[in-house]
Amino acid sequence: MSDKIKSEAVVGLARHYRFQWEEAQAGYVLLFPEGMIKLNGGAGEVIKRVDGKRTVGEIVAECKAAFPDVPDIEADVLAMLELALGKTWIAVKE
Amino acid sequence: MAQQNNGAVLNHPPKPFWLLAEITYRCPLHCAFCYNPTDYATHTQNELSTEQWIKVLRDARKMGALQLGISGGEPLLRDDIEEIVAEAGSLGYYSNLITSGVGLTEKRIAEFKRGGLDHIQLSMHDITKDINNFITDTNTFELKKKVAAMIKEYDYPMVLNVVIHRYNIEHIGEILEMAEALGADFVELANTQYYGWSLLNRSQLMPTREQLIKAEAITNKFRERVGSKMKVFFVVPDYYSDRPKKCMNGWGEVFMIVTANGDVLPCHSARVLPGLEFPNVRDQGLEWVWNESPTFNKYRGDDWMKEPCRTCPEKEKDLGGCRCQTYLLTGDAEGADPVCSLSSTHDVILQAIEDAKNPQLASQPILFRNDKNSQKIISGDLKDVLAPFHALP
Repeated sequence: MSDKIKSEAVVGLARHYRFQWEEAQAGYVLLFPEGMIKLNGGAGEVIKRVDGKRTVGEIVAECKAAFPDVPDIEADVLAMLELALGKTWIAVKE
Repeated sequence: MAQQNNGAVLNHPPKPFWLLAEITYRCPLHCAFCYNPTDYATHTQNELSTEQWIKVLRDARKMGALQLGISGGEPLLRDDIEEIVAEAGSLGYYSNLITSGVGLTEKRIAEFKRGGLDHIQLSMHDITKDINNFITDTNTFELKKKVAAMIKEYDYPMVLNVVIHRYNIEHIGEILEMAEALGADFVELANTQYYGWSLLNRSQLMPTREQLIKAEAITNKFRERVGSKMKVFFVVPDYYSDRPKKCMNGWGEVFMIVTANGDVLPCHSARVLPGLEFPNVRDQGLEWVWNESPTFNKYRGDDWMKEPCRTCPEKEKDLGGCRCQTYLLTGDAEGADPVCSLSSTHDVILQAIEDAKNPQLASQPILFRNDKNSQKIISGDLKDVLAPFHALP
């Protein structure tokens, strides 16, 4: 699957981060002290499933089911999760 | 995939993602580096009411405002912050109380938590009681530590803001250690920018280049040690860079400020600029102010630029810098920011850097931000101090 992130890892938003839909921007945003990030459609679909309950494997499976026409979506989802982990927007739950 | 620029998203047409509510100019502290207008005392008697603030929050939210800073002065001097916070929470703002900590009690912080306040940004000044109390002209050192503990106890992200100047820059390593000991999540080391009171006190506050280089090296070393558990922002003072800052991410691009008396400004110190009329929420709707008002359109984009900015290959990077700084220091609001080494007025910055090497402590006493000094500035008693500037800072 990926050498950086395990399929059975449960991921959640980092402490004090908030994720919400913004009507004015027609998109999802991540909010945190001193900043905000507007997520594009694909990123929003991934992060909205990062809820501290689902595992990485479950998130991948859900995205596959939701977007059956997207080729190799697993790699995209994992890349997004790795980016978000690297930026500390999300964290692996202990 | 995700886009970020100084923490703010750029969108077209521009939207006021960041709303700063400078809810009162009253303040129990008298910080020598305060960016508030030196004539703030004219705006302490006509503050907006609770209802007026609530309307501002609602209207701005409809326009896409998302990040809300509740600032001042000291916002806690108003007894309706709880109501304002609760309204912000129900509207879906990500809200931030920017405070000195004076006036924060268990009862109030519990109320803020219930109302949905997202974080509290606490100002800290130094590791020593002496310098904390000197630069703020108050006895607040112990109180700040108590407030920091309270913020932690209520599970708020601990965001510390430390304004850096000559009196504390040599303590930057110890300040970072103190922040770590307090359990800070975010620390902003904000080198003083010279507006308002800090401009009046510039010769006293400005560190030397050597001090700055050392401070940045210490900060980088600290970052390496703590890793991602604490985010440290080091806001570089623009006087020591070759290019100006992209002030406010562009005029009327993402920021909107409503001041204590209801004036709507595109940046903190825009009132210094000549020939602009600032709309007031008592008379005008925010939608019109943001989209249509001559003031918000005045320096939007780059049509207003003159040479050398107009044809500069880097103009998109900094949009010519800060209009307020340029006017205050050169008298030409449309010129290139004097911070830029390509600006014909760059020598005023070089002179200030030179002056920082020779602080004349005895002959130029610090002017603390207080009502008495503000009144003196308004009445013209301090003309000599203001002489080098082209407007009242």
